[in-house]
Amino acid sequence: MEGFRVLVVDDELDFLETIVKRLQRRKIDVSGVESGKAALDLLEHQHFDVVILDVRMPGMDGLETLKEMKKKRPLMEVIMLTGHASVESGMQGMQLGAFDYVMKPASINDLLEKIQQAYERKLLHEKHVKDTQFIR
Amino acid sequence: MERKDYRKLYWKIIATTLSFSLVPLFTLGATIYYQFRVSYTAKIMESLRTLTDNRRNAIDLFFDERVSQLYTLAYTHSFDQLGDAKYLDQVFTLMQTRSKSFVDIGIIDQDGNHVAYVGPYNLEGVNYKNESWFHEVMLRGVYISDVFMGFRKFPHFIIAVMRREGDRNWILRATIDTQIFDTMVKAAQVGKRGDAYVVNREGVLQTAPRFGGKLLGKIEAPGSSQFSGIHVEEMRLNGEAALFATTWLKNKDWMLVIKEDPREELSPLFEARYMMIGIIALGVLVIVLGTVFVTRATVGQLIQTDREKAMLDASLEQSGKMAALGKLAAGIAHEVNNPLAVIKEKVGWIMDLLSEEDISKSENFKEFDDAVHKIDHHVDRAKKVTHRLLGFARRMEPIKEKVDINKLLDETIDFLENEAHYRNITIHSDYYPDLPTTLSDSSQLQQVILNILNNAIDAIGKDGEINVKTKHNSKDEQIVVTIADNGPGIPNDRLDRVFDPFFTTKEVGMGTGLGLSISYTIVDKLGGRIMVASEMGKGTAFTIYLPVIKQEKV
Repeated sequence: MEGFRVLVVDDELDFLETIVKRLQRRKIDVSGVESGKAALDLLEHQHFDVVILDVRMPGMDGLETLKEMKKKRPLMEVIMLTGHASVESGMQGMQLGAFDYVMKPASINDLLEKIQQAYERKLLHEKHVKDTQFIR
Repeated sequence: MERKDYRKLYWKIIATTLSFSLVPLFTLGATIYYQFRVSYTAKIMESLRTLTDNRRNAIDLFFDERVSQLYTLAYTHSFDQLGDAKYLDQVFTLMQTRSKSFVDIGIIDQDGNHVAYVGPYNLEGVNYKNESWFHEVMLRGVYISDVFMGFRKFPHFIIAVMRREGDRNWILRATIDTQIFDTMVKAAQVGKRGDAYVVNREGVLQTAPRFGGKLLGKIEAPGSSQFSGIHVEEMRLNGEAALFATTWLKNKDWMLVIKEDPREELSPLFEARYMMIGIIALGVLVIVLGTVFVTRATVGQLIQTDREKAMLDASLEQSGKMAALGKLAAGIAHEVNNPLAVIKEKVGWIMDLLSEEDISKSENFKEFDDAVHKIDHHVDRAKKVTHRLLGFARRMEPIKEKVDINKLLDETIDFLENEAHYRNITIHSDYYPDLPTTLSDSSQLQQVILNILNNAIDAIGKDGEINVKTKHNSKDEQIVVTIADNGPGIPNDRLDRVFDPFFTTKEVGMGTGLGLSISYTIVDKLGGRIMVASEMGKGTAFTIYLPVIKQEKV
């Protein structure tokens, strides 16, 4: 589980801080930001492979952020994190191109597994793109 | 609306419609009858008037002729000529060849002595000096008497004419055959109950009436004052109502009375009345039947509409309630979920830290580790609750999923097995082996089946059996589920109301009366139908028809 970068986006600072620490402890190159806007800004300068994105956030919400991210980095995989009744919004996110969704509160192991799967799929996609000579 | 209110409405509509249709009918009938009666009565009175007029003229003419005959005789002969009985006999015989009106004839001198007489009675030599008619004729010249018995003890009346010859007066007197006069008056008797007679000023009968009196007797006559013309009016005399036409004769102060029985004369009117009553009765019957029929249909339609509306209201209310509840649940779940997520991460972090070796050597490590794991465990427990709440909220929307009805039935029966066992009720199941799956909402269907099974168990009470059967109707692509109990059954008058909202046979507080109503709505929403059949003493069977849906329509 090395060599790829993860970004966590969540407005709940306590949550964000802790999950970043825990993922880092598991040797994952992870950063955290507290809003969709900040995440998009960060994407301007840095490259990430997998994003964990909270659906419900003040300001720009998860789904909007997702749309923008997919515009910028189509091959970057996004895992939605939903905290409320929104299985529907999770589904909606998947329709917009998210890899999967995880219901809060999630166990760290589930999350790790999802991150791993997402990264593998990203690699697969990139390989596919290279094979078909598609240059982005 | 209550059943009583529907009855009230029903009678109100009937009363209004009937009054609006019957009042004009009766008014029309009464008016037509009244008009007809007036004109018909007028016609009858008119014809009676004509009859009376004719009869009076005839009688007047009769008197005129008799008087002028006697005048002619008196003024063409002298006292001496007619005083000769032989000559008088000749003249009288001649007169009688043309008319039998006169019974006899006589000559009387100014002293009242009967000088000559021709006739069937032996009256020669009788002195009339003291008779009232003798004075009358000496005074007036012409005299027609009332009917009287006189010397011959037989009813008759006389016509007397006086002639002044030089210095002496004499009288020609003739007797009229009352028979002939009677016949002439009686000719005006009409029908079976009509009458015609003549009375004098004192109300004494001058001819024999058909009913209620005899010649020279008194009769209750309509009025006695003299008038000109003819009076026709309806009067009640001698205890019976009759039409009376009265008129005074020209030559004599006698009143001609013609009576007609209105019942007889008005019989066409009565016939018309019976016909009209018949037609009106028929009309009333038609109107009443029509009104009852239409009203029944209208109220039936209204009840149907109200029932559908009530059902819709109930299901709307129910779904509204559930939606609100769902929203509340989702809100709580969300608000609790976020802190839970933080707690879980923090606990996770602590666990991560605890796994580092230097802490594990600490004195209270075991206690820490235990506490942290307990926290993690209980966060998971709380998570389960919030996720279930979210699931409940989600279930508000009907889901379409593949449902195996047989399996669903088995699961549902499992729920109630204990309760049934406790009450010694056996649930037999007889499933169609290759029942197709259908796209439906299993939890809602389960609620329906649960409702019906619960009702069945409650209906049986103790000791009995419930048969659950499935069938596949391949022709209509339907799944048919029958749930039959051998309970007491539902009386017919209640059977059509079991799906009504708030209809319950259970004790107050034991049932909301919504179970079957909601079941009905659910099955309806899932595109199916639910029916009930029941026989008193044998049991009740609910049948659910569900469409087999292979693929969701887009």
